[in-house]
Order: sequence, then structure tokens, then C-alpha cells
Amino acid sequence: MGLREVGINILQKKEISVTLILLATVLTFYSIQPKFLSPLNVEVLLKITPELGIVALGVTMLMIGGEFDLSVGSVFGFAPLVMSVMLQDGMNTWLAFLIVMIICLIIGATQGLITVKTGIPSFITTLGGMLIWRGLALVITGGHPMYFTPSEDFALIFTGKICPFIYSQLIIFLAILIILQFILERHRFGNWVYAVGGKREAAEAMGISAGRVKIILFMLCSLLAGLGGIIQSTRMSQAMPNQGTGLEFDAIAAAVIGGTSLFGGVGTLIGTMLGEFLSRVIENGLIIIRAPSYYFRLYIGIVIILAVIGNLYIQRRAVKLRVRE
Amino acid sequence: MPAPLVEMINIHKWFGSIHALKGVDFRVNNGEIVGLVGDNGAGKSTLIKILSGLYPPDEGKILFEGKEVRFRSPKDAIRLGIETVHQDLMVVPYLNVYRNIFLGRELEKKLGPLKVLDIERMKGEVRKLFYDLGLEVASSDVPVQALSGGQRQAVVIARAMYFKTKLLILDEPTNNLSIREARRVLDMILALKKAGISCIFITHNLHHVYPIADRIVVLNRGVKVADFRKDETTIDEIERLIVSA
Repeated sequence: MGLREVGINILQKKEISVTLILLATVLTFYSIQPKFLSPLNVEVLLKITPELGIVALGVTMLMIGGEFDLSVGSVFGFAPLVMSVMLQDGMNTWLAFLIVMIICLIIGATQGLITVKTGIPSFITTLGGMLIWRGLALVITGGHPMYFTPSEDFALIFTGKICPFIYSQLIIFLAILIILQFILERHRFGNWVYAVGGKREAAEAMGISAGRVKIILFMLCSLLAGLGGIIQSTRMSQAMPNQGTGLEFDAIAAAVIGGTSLFGGVGTLIGTMLGEFLSRVIENGLIIIRAPSYYFRLYIGIVIILAVIGNLYIQRRAVKLRVRE
Repeated sequence: MPAPLVEMINIHKWFGSIHALKGVDFRVNNGEIVGLVGDNGAGKSTLIKILSGLYPPDEGKILFEGKEVRFRSPKDAIRLGIETVHQDLMVVPYLNVYRNIFLGRELEKKLGPLKVLDIERMKGEVRKLFYDLGLEVASSDVPVQALSGGQRQAVVIARAMYFKTKLLILDEPTNNLSIREARRVLDMILALKKAGISCIFITHNLHHVYPIADRIVVLNRGVKVADFRKDETTIDEIERLIVSA
């Protein structure tokens, strides 16, 4: 493999465009305000990104499988609330956690089953889910924040500081990323996910149950949404009924910025991770340079469009280069 | 004489008031290439859809290796070894060659307690298959969407070959292909025959099927009007039968 071949291979990576934008963004903020890369701020970024990144990983898996989940933000708020209620009733933290994770799996399975069995677009079923779980969260709390008081060992395992810069949520996030990426690349289920999202009829003609693959992905997605929410609540010692509002679009944005296709069959988790960091860098950077926080959505919007155009352009170039050989 | 691989007897099919197949008998012997030709609306694809399990026949029966079979879905047909390659090829465009060929039947190896994809072995098998089919594809890592139409056909044909399909039904496999690529596909079908796989080749283009077919069956308005061994007939005669009213 020559240098040229290596170059083309790099250009063909879906992550190239988001990597470049991330680097440019970091440098821009740094040049405006060097404090942006101060150890304290880097630590903050590494601390707050994982809980949202975990959610985006699930969303990406589901998008590769050709479906959306708009309910993740609501599940992100709903799961810690339910756990908080259990904790206040004096239930053991780990048991409460286990039960809530099972509830999340049931939420995902329900949304998946309805989507698969009725053929309603998942955009609609999970839009319903988004309103239902948020509504329930408001009903439970009456709109007030609740204390979230897990046992110390729980807090340590999910949000403890391991060493400078590294919190355990970062390790959990990376572990999930590696496991899921491994499944996508090296396990037959990953092959099915790509196939079901890429061309459902072809997958079914080869005997793959597309419905089952999708339901599993819906369950994974809700599970990770709940986990992310619980990590955030543990970190902040409270569960808020509006926690995770807007997160569904944030997660889809991270996936798309990272090279995942809205039409299914294409995507990488590394790209999503970079996309999520990019989101957080923009959010945090705007605060550091004292820009009004209102700018955040504006910039994210611009970045989405730039990243997707960048991906398209770079990949077309790469294909042309390869064809010319 | 051994039983034919597939025998369809007195097949009828109605779609509402349209009598699409009017008592068609059709058979394929072991290791035989049968050309199924006819004009649009002659009933070719209806007949094939019945054989691949997409529709049940309204009347008539299907024998496979001498035994009567009923297909409730394409899966039943695939299980017996009847695979259909539709014009809309059943490949996933973004997946690479070996992931497509082994889709749903991936080769695995053990990694500790886990079963993981045996990528090296799948690649090796693809290399062998393509060699047997007389093809060069640079790498089985490229996504299928980057391949030409003929190469995509090759992917599907290689799949049939690897999984020991007994009967491969090819629906217009040479449509939209360049002359050179069509030639390649025809060579591949001959290679399949050599491997003992029977083939039904549905086409408009007599000039493609005639050189490689053992037998040619002509449908016209739901009726089988001819069933020739190739050496009993000529292209001109078949053409007349296809268009005759």
C-alpha cells in the first residue's frame, strides 16, 4: 500500500470532516481565549461530555439500523426520576438501578415493537414516546427537581474521579464505544445492523429478521439514554423533570456531524464521539469567550451543514482518486 | 432417467379477471441452463415468482427432486436451494463484497468465549470464488456500490455458488450491462453449470441466452408455446414464437 493509497483511505473515512472541524474549532477558541485549553476547562469538557455521548452512541446504532429515536431526551430525564423516587423510598441503590435499567429496556422494546409491527415511522412512535415520558416525569415531580442520593459506592463507580482529567464516566463511555464498535465491525449482529439499515429487503431476503434487529437497537438506545441520565443526576445529585430536553436533536446532530447517514446503513461511533465533543466544545467555548449562550444553537446548525457538505465533498474526491488509479 | 430437479405441472394463476398463467408445465433438469423467454406480459415473471415462493399457484403443483412442495414464503424456497436474483439485486450497497456474500450466514470463529466474524476466512473464500468464476475484483473490501453492474451480479452469483444453491433463477441478469460485462455474466453462468448448479435465465435478449442455454422455453400470453432443446431450433424460430399472436 503506497502513500497515495493510505491518503485515499484516510479521505474515505467518514470521520475526516468532523475531525478537521473539531480541530479548527478548538484552535479558534484557543486563539481567542487561551484559558479554553487550561487544565481546568479540559477537565470540565471530559467530565460533562460522556453522559451525553453515551446517549448519542445508542442513537447512532439505531440510525445505522435505519430508525430514529426522539424519545432519548425524555428517557434521559425520566429514568433518574424513577430511580430517585425509589431511592427516597429507601430502596437499595443497585436494585433501584437494575429496575430502572429494565424499565428502560421495556420502553425501548415497546417503542420498537410498535414501530416494527405497525409500520409507523419511528419518527412518529418515538415522538409520541418523547411526549409521554416527559409528561410522566412532570406528573411524578409536579415539575419540581428531586434529590438524587445514590449510595457512595454507586456515585464513585459512575462519576468518581480516577486521576487528573479522568472521571469514571469517561471510562464507561469509552468502554461502551469500544464494545459497540467491536460489534459493528467484528460481530454478525453488526453486519445485520448495517444491512437492515442499508437495504432492508436484501437483509430479509437473506433470512435476517429486520424487525428483531431494530427492536434490539431500540432497546439499546433507551437503555443508554437512561444510563446517561442517571450518570448526570448522580453527578449533580438531583433529578430534574426537564433534564435532557432537546437532547434527542443534540444526539442526532452529533451522529450526523460524525458521518452517520439519516437514511441508515452508514455511520461510525468514533464519528459520533467526535461530533459530541464538537458540540460540547462549541457550547463550552462560547461560554469561555463570554459570548451569549444563545449563539450555541446557531453555531451547531452551521456546523451540521458544514460537516455534511464536507463529508460529501471529501468522499467524492476520494472515490474519484480511486477510480483514476 | 433421473427425476428433474424441479417440475411445475399445470400451473394456473389469476390476477382478478386476468388469467396470467394458463396451465403451464415447466421443468428444469439437474445441471441444466434453461432460457425462459417471452414478450412483456407473457407470464415469465409470474411463473418465476411462484417458483421462488412469492405467490402460491391457484392450480397445479410443484415437485422438487421428485417430491411435491408448497412454498409459503421465499424462505421455504431458499431452504430447498432455490435462490432468485431479482433485477433489483439483493445486495446492500454500502456493505463490502464479503459482508454481502456472507450476509446472514457469516463465517465465525471463536475468540475466547465470543464468536466473532472470521474476516480472513471470508475474504479467502471470496478470492477463491471469484477465481473459479474467472473474475478479478481488486479487493473484497470495497463497498458493493462502487462496483459495476456486472460485478454486482458476480457478487450474487458467487453467493449462490458458495452456499451450494441447487437452482439459481436469474431475472434479466444482462439488462443494462455493457456488452463486455454481459459476456462475463454469461461465462459465470456457465461456470455455475460446471459446478452442478441449474439455472433459469429469464430474458428478452435471445442473443444472450441462446449461446449458453441447454433448453429454451417460450411463453406467450400465459401459455407455453415452445420447449426446445437448443439444437432443435434457431433464434429466428424462437423469435417468431415470441411475437406470434
